[in-house]
Amino acid sequence: MTITTQKPLVRIEGLHKYFGPHHVLRGIDLTVNQGEVSVVIGPSGSGKSTMLRCVNLLETISAGRISVGDQLIGYREVNGRLHDLKVKEIAAQRREIGMVFQRFNLFPHKTALYNVMEAPVQVKGKNKAVAKKAALELLDRVGLADRANHYPAQLSGGQQQRVAIARALAMEPELMLFDEPTSALDPELVGDVLNVMKDLAKSGMTMIVVTHEIGFAREVGDRLTFMDGGVVVESGDPREIIANPQHARTKEFLSRVL
Amino acid sequence: MDHHQQGHAAPVLNDAVPVRHPGRWISAIIVVGAVILMIQSAITNPNFRWDVVGTYILDVKVVQGVGWTLLLTVAAMVLAIVLAILLAVMRQSDNPVLRYTSWLWVWFFRGTPVYTQLLFWGLVTVLYPTISLGIPFGPQLVSYVLSDPTHGLIPAILGLGLNESAYLAEIFRAGLKSVDKGQTEAAEALGMGKGKIMWRIVLPQAMRIIVPPTGNETIGMLKTTSLVLAVPFTLDLTFATNALANRIYLPIPLLIIAAFWYLLVTSLLMVGQHYIEKYYGKGVDTNQAPALINPAAAKAAAAVAPSAEAEPSLKMEFPEEEAK
Repeated sequence: MTITTQKPLVRIEGLHKYFGPHHVLRGIDLTVNQGEVSVVIGPSGSGKSTMLRCVNLLETISAGRISVGDQLIGYREVNGRLHDLKVKEIAAQRREIGMVFQRFNLFPHKTALYNVMEAPVQVKGKNKAVAKKAALELLDRVGLADRANHYPAQLSGGQQQRVAIARALAMEPELMLFDEPTSALDPELVGDVLNVMKDLAKSGMTMIVVTHEIGFAREVGDRLTFMDGGVVVESGDPREIIANPQHARTKEFLSRVL
Repeated sequence: MDHHQQGHAAPVLNDAVPVRHPGRWISAIIVVGAVILMIQSAITNPNFRWDVVGTYILDVKVVQGVGWTLLLTVAAMVLAIVLAILLAVMRQSDNPVLRYTSWLWVWFFRGTPVYTQLLFWGLVTVLYPTISLGIPFGPQLVSYVLSDPTHGLIPAILGLGLNESAYLAEIFRAGLKSVDKGQTEAAEALGMGKGKIMWRIVLPQAMRIIVPPTGNETIGMLKTTSLVLAVPFTLDLTFATNALANRIYLPIPLLIIAAFWYLLVTSLLMVGQHYIEKYYGKGVDTNQAPALINPAAAKAAAAVAPSAEAEPSLKMEFPEEEAK
């Protein structure tokens, strides 16, 4: 669908995650090439959100490795031994990775414009006028140029999520993570958000999208991964998997969500 | 929403008979009656000595006392707020030493009476007649003679401020905890550092929760300053009016004067609190949407001034989307 290279941007290898005694991720391997849209589906509790959150270290990694570009996420490797990165170094890694949350998590005390400007000005130290211009362009790109002065509480869920996408894009990330971006939306508002994501995919952004929107996976996805019980059950071309799932568990899940 | 009705005649509004509230009339009569009785008694009873109230209400000592009381209140609260932010942040820190230090501070200063603490700060002058800052075993850089009697102000501010910091620390901690964890996560995902997340994202939102009880504490502090004679500090409003009352053997009019000034200052503080609450409530407590911006103009000028063409009365709907 989109322009993809064979150059891997994200490599997840043997990822395990424990929450106390709960073994939530049981050895996940996933590679996402530059410019690829990788869609992850699965029942709730399958670990798909946890995996996504590990990629920008909102969850610590219990075992395994994640690298984005040439950077090992969360660690420095010295003589074969892993050393935890400092908070500042982790923050620097996160700047390259945009994230969109299920509950939007816009800053409620700032207008849409200032939500988008916040990180470029405060983190990258960009000039305010330059950041404002870029932010207005981004808001225009997500169809909300006229809502720049609105506070999040004055926007619909779909509008909030589009501001959240603009906010993540403002840091000019090389990778975008979407954690069920349409799950908290009224059905009629889902389309606008998906359209923004489709445009983003077409522009060549590398994306990992955890979602229940099978239609989006079929239309935009370059790869579909089905997770269940903390493991990858099936992974491959979205259209093939949706039309002809190989595993019984995938078949059962798809029959219920389609 | 009303588009379907356009073109039709305006509906006849329901002109229903409202429910009567006889209880309101009865309670009003009782309360007004009681107030009239009190006013009548206050005017006709000569023992109130309103003439003395009039003579002393603007007495230099009294007005200066108001000034000192305000200074004590403001200084102690500023000290307490700075310490409380520090203590609340320490309490949330990953560093266990800071966490326990904060806990211990709150335990100690909340667990001993403020009067005892004020007495102690007054007596520090016995333990340490001078405070000096310098290099250990080396030269002194700054020194401050605590035993100087005019210096009772500093021990008074310290006593009030440190005690208050323990209470405020708990208010700030509650405020910080009230902010959704998603806010921190969103800021972290943008690559913001810990300090920026606290100052720019979490604390401004926590202030909505923190300001009302802090206003309460400030008004409480205004009156707690009357305990500073324990230090002793003898220029505040309560001490000034008590001293006058003892001199002229008329305590009641001077109590009225003190109450009047405390009420006046409290009222002013409440006005201030109203504006602070309004400031920190922006985006949350005010749901009126601003006018839409003309997108073309916005793009062209990269400006955010509301367009004149926008509908001023536009109201947005915002469905509350609660995640399960």
